[in-house]
Amino acid sequence: MPMASSSMTAPEYTYPEGALAFPHRSLVGIAGLAPHEIWFLLDEAEQWVELNRGTQKRRDLLSGLTIINAFFENSTRTLLSFEIAGKRLGADVVNMAVATSSVKKGETLIDTAMTLNAMRADAIVIRHASSGAVHLISDLVDCPVLNAGDGQHEHPTQALLDALTIRQAKRAFNGLRVVICGDILHSRVARSNILSLASLGAEVRVCAPPALLPADIERMNVKVFHDFDAALKGADVVMMLRLQLERMEGQFIPSPREYRHLYGLTLDRLAKAEPDALVMHPGPMNRGIEIDSNVADLVGRSQITTQVEMGVAMRMACLEVLTRKGRGVEGWA
Amino acid sequence: MSVHAPLTVTNGQLLLADGTITNGALRCEGGFITAIGADVSPAEGDHVHDARGQLIAPGLVDLGVFAIDKPAFHFGGITRAGLMPDQNPPLDVPARVRFAAQSGKPDLWVHPLAAATQGLEGTALAEIALMRDAGARAVATGRRWIGDSGTMLRLLQYTGMLGMVVITHPEDAGIVGKAVATAGEMATRLGLPSAPAGAEALAIARDIALAEMTGAAIHFRKVTTAKGLDLVRGAKDRGLKVTAGVTPAYFMLSDLALAGFRTFAHLSPPLRSEDDRKAVIAAIGDGTIDVIGSGHDPRGPEDKRLPFADSAPGMAGAETLLPHTMNLVRDGVISLARAFELLAANPAKLLGVNAGRLEVGAEADIAVIAPDRPWIVDSGKMAALAGNTPFDRQPVQGRVAALFKGGVTLLDK
Repeated sequence: MPMASSSMTAPEYTYPEGALAFPHRSLVGIAGLAPHEIWFLLDEAEQWVELNRGTQKRRDLLSGLTIINAFFENSTRTLLSFEIAGKRLGADVVNMAVATSSVKKGETLIDTAMTLNAMRADAIVIRHASSGAVHLISDLVDCPVLNAGDGQHEHPTQALLDALTIRQAKRAFNGLRVVICGDILHSRVARSNILSLASLGAEVRVCAPPALLPADIERMNVKVFHDFDAALKGADVVMMLRLQLERMEGQFIPSPREYRHLYGLTLDRLAKAEPDALVMHPGPMNRGIEIDSNVADLVGRSQITTQVEMGVAMRMACLEVLTRKGRGVEGWA
Repeated sequence: MSVHAPLTVTNGQLLLADGTITNGALRCEGGFITAIGADVSPAEGDHVHDARGQLIAPGLVDLGVFAIDKPAFHFGGITRAGLMPDQNPPLDVPARVRFAAQSGKPDLWVHPLAAATQGLEGTALAEIALMRDAGARAVATGRRWIGDSGTMLRLLQYTGMLGMVVITHPEDAGIVGKAVATAGEMATRLGLPSAPAGAEALAIARDIALAEMTGAAIHFRKVTTAKGLDLVRGAKDRGLKVTAGVTPAYFMLSDLALAGFRTFAHLSPPLRSEDDRKAVIAAIGDGTIDVIGSGHDPRGPEDKRLPFADSAPGMAGAETLLPHTMNLVRDGVISLARAFELLAANPAKLLGVNAGRLEVGAEADIAVIAPDRPWIVDSGKMAALAGNTPFDRQPVQGRVAALFKGGVTLLDK
């Protein structure tokens, strides 16, 4: 692995001109993206990080475009992040609230998608509780589709914003040891991150009790750990996943307190990682369960609020890149 | 039937009940085969069908279908279908069984499988003896496993007394839960709820133990894993009344077919690994598997154009049952005679019907088959109620040229 990773450096930094840099109509997942395509999106996001840090946070590149956020599953931060991203680019952003929509009246996913399509959206952002739902819709609609999380499959913009966060702090991915700890089985964040980080050249370690690890996960180019302390040894990034308490009910782990005992990120545990190891969490956190407050708030180490900041920039980049063809941008149309 | 003229199918290769293939003709009268062999010739006034040198075989007996779909069955050479109790409402009372038993006649005989438990809930036994006398040929647990071992024990004691076979769906429900895929790299990459393939062996092990305790006959509708097949093999060696079936999907496909969230490959049990696929082929070859059925379950877009986990399991398999089984003959896994044991004679025996083989006295269910005729599966043009086949656009070989039920022509091309 270390031998191979050094030779992977070159293509990360170069990508073709124009639409060839990202020749995909939609962003359904990290699977299927080449390393240089991920790198391209990260590069594109940098300008939006700068813009968002200024006082004039708006650039009307997408003015006149309609972006529909169709969230079939509850979300606060991802929905807000996409909404802000679209608005800062000058698009008309509409959120479809599922709780009051016809989805509740039994309309099928396909019919809902066709309805959104008929309203001539220029991009549709979808979150759905079933794996593959976004894939299904992207085949049917005429505009770019962005996956904001489908079941336990993928959450590509989360992986991209995590990669952007890591790149800003560590500059490169080759040889970087990243630990992802928690409910890997039910986590789309973990799947997308495994794909993107392994593709960018990092060494990915996953850590969870066996019942929370999906079968044959090692086939996704990761090292599997059950012992968190062992996984943390030499780690450069520690990515904690949210423990979905409602999903546990004694089926997977005996109790939150026992989970913290084995897999909670405490200051003592963090000391086993590299001295400058980053702490990350996709949120929302269960403070005192998977992560202690004094770790989550550790200045200089915790990247949790940076992740949220990068999220807006990353989503601006994705919306801007995916609408280039529709907007007739030179080299993309 | 007697109003129809006697039928003589001439000039074909007869697949006889003893497995030999011989040139000759076959004569049917009053719905039964009355003469068969090289020296048979049509009598005055017979309806004569020239088989033009093609194979004359028994009509297929398809054990464990989910819908009565005559056009698809006739296309596939199926003259009798064992109907699963998983209907809406389920076949768990005598009246529904009686209705189902009459529903296909005269050109398709439907043999209803009585629900083992009321509402297929797996708790209270259904009125099995009354359903038997209303026309049920066997008992089935549906697409579910009976989780409570005590209920299963009492079911087998009862069916053993009644002399009926119990057709079970071997998947441990506690392990399977809401899984729609077999645990493995594909399910992990797609993020689909999955269960380990061992859930099948676990269920088979328990049911074999209960069959041994009671001496009752049990048939595992689909055995799809190497470990499950090993258990069946062992039970047969010990002389238990255990039989096993499978559908072509499990020897043609593995879970790789799920790529792209293709819901037409959403089956129950889910498609397995490549190793298990090969184990199914070996088990067909060595006689561990007794029955190949279609599991025919036509499902339209309202059930299939959904996210994978939300879609209904099942595939339309009646039309491809014969050609896919013929693949095994061409690959040298089984002989042509053995293929028709798996497709007709064995399921007929399990259902206790006088069909599935060509011999004097058997009911005149006859298929004239072109075993190597090529055609292409097209989900848009299937005879079935819906085209949910995972084999769309694939070339296959083997087609039914003519089909007769009770000596009456159903299909002739």
